[in-house]
Amino acid sequence: MSDTTFDDLRDLYQEVILDHGRRPRHTGRLAAFDATAKGDNPLCGDRIQVWVKYAADDSIAETSFEARGCAISVASADLMAEVVAGRSKADTASLFAAFRDLSRTGSCPDCDARLQPALERLAPLAGVHEYPSRVKCATLPWHTLSAALDGRGETSSEGGPA
Amino acid sequence: MNVTTRPGPRPNEIPGGFDVARIREDFPILRQTVRGKPLVFLDSAASAQKPRVVIDAMRDAMETQYANVHRGLHWMSERTTDAYEAARDAVATLLNAPDRNEIVITRNVTESLNLMAHSYGRGVLRPDQAVLISAMEHHSNIVPWQMLRADRGNELRVAPITDAGELDMDAFEALLADGKVGLVSITHMSNVLGTYTPAQRIVQIAHAYGAKVLFDGAQATVHRRVDVQALDCDFYAFTGHKLYGPTGIGILWGRRELLEAMPPFQGGGEMISSVTYERSTWAHVPHKFEAGTPPILEGIGLKAAIDYVQAIGYEAIAAHEAALTDHALARLGALDGVRILGSAQDRGGVVSFVVDRAHAHDVATLLDRQGIAVRAGHHCAEPLMHRFGLESTARASFALYTTREEIDFLADTLARVREFFT
Repeated sequence: MSDTTFDDLRDLYQEVILDHGRRPRHTGRLAAFDATAKGDNPLCGDRIQVWVKYAADDSIAETSFEARGCAISVASADLMAEVVAGRSKADTASLFAAFRDLSRTGSCPDCDARLQPALERLAPLAGVHEYPSRVKCATLPWHTLSAALDGRGETSSEGGPA
Repeated sequence: MNVTTRPGPRPNEIPGGFDVARIREDFPILRQTVRGKPLVFLDSAASAQKPRVVIDAMRDAMETQYANVHRGLHWMSERTTDAYEAARDAVATLLNAPDRNEIVITRNVTESLNLMAHSYGRGVLRPDQAVLISAMEHHSNIVPWQMLRADRGNELRVAPITDAGELDMDAFEALLADGKVGLVSITHMSNVLGTYTPAQRIVQIAHAYGAKVLFDGAQATVHRRVDVQALDCDFYAFTGHKLYGPTGIGILWGRRELLEAMPPFQGGGEMISSVTYERSTWAHVPHKFEAGTPPILEGIGLKAAIDYVQAIGYEAIAAHEAALTDHALARLGALDGVRILGSAQDRGGVVSFVVDRAHAHDVATLLDRQGIAVRAGHHCAEPLMHRFGLESTARASFALYTTREEIDFLADTLARVREFFT
């Protein structure tokens, strides 16, 4: 029997989010890392730590995380780890800005075309824009990654814009 | 949010004349729909909805009879003062306080507890005296005492609870045994577990060891009649907005001789007897603790809310909510993969739960999509969450307007939430 109760929630909880939320691929502290940061959302108690290893050219070689949070925050962290691999810090910052637009408005029409493949990968998270209280779930991993890249050890979802 | 007006779910009736359908008509907001679904409001423990009489009382005051209180020598000020002071009388009656001047009006329970930590903690307790709380306190009954400890060195002791979510009375007594505890500050009903603490026994034991007792009654006053003389406690705090009244008004009741021994909390107008640049003298209790323009409209609204609750009667409300809580415990308890926190014998209309493989926020979002409002998170009680090895739960809480059908809808929807995350 098919259950249609939550059909209208499939826009928020797409299969990719349920999958990555349940079975994230990039968890656990990296054996060797160059930067790390912790992030928290004091309003809901979500916490995350991100580890980053740089390549010789200072781009991101690998990212991992450990998170305590909802399906959306875990899936967002996992997809983030996937799409930032191989990117420069500047490129990652641009992608975060674009993702912030995506999570707040549901789209990013003016975003740099070079970011499109990554944004398509992150698109399943765009559904959070309809749930303002959940936007921070999706952006906390990115805030935390930014803190790690900037050499700040800690950040909070309340420290700046979502 | 997409909100339009539509009839709510079919209400039920409880034997004994308590007509939920009629009561629901008193709450205009319950006719709203949310996301195209009838509003099923199961978050009253965070803040309750308001009956028409409260809304009308506050609007009528603003439209017909409003001025600042206690100072204007004119008709409007005198009438408004009478209306506002009537709230103090209503609270005194509600709590069976022996003296209306023992009712201190604050902004909320948090302010009442901070007043206590300031004026009793710093003004009456000696630094070598301890404060005893329980392991199921709201942050507002933890942090002010930590601030006192940082400021004055007063030890903060925490009485443990059992896995059932009940106060461990042996441990509680043991923590009092050395006679160093000056004040027990403890919840009367947990906002997470729903547990009612055994208030009379707490007071008997505490008094036997020379400690005064302050109850945080934010939740307890909503569901049962509280009689401070029967409890024999020393202080009692509660808030208006959970008792179907407005936000911005809280209460601290204290025994007069104790209040008189306490220094003021905030300084300003209203709380003084006279002011010169050399020195000021304080007004009498309770005005000594009521600096600044008080919550005038909120007082008028709170009186209307108390009158409303008293007219229905606590006995009827308690019976209705006990039936709802039993039903919720049975329905949610029967769900595979849903675990209810605590199993206290004596509990009010609050049920916290976790769903296997689903974070509380995801659960809340899925329920919200069906029009069901629950709280999700740590409920401002992080140490209690950790006590149960959790970071967050979802919480359904019940009010006098909650129906059995709403609980059935919650249980049916939760069963689907569970499938969604399996």
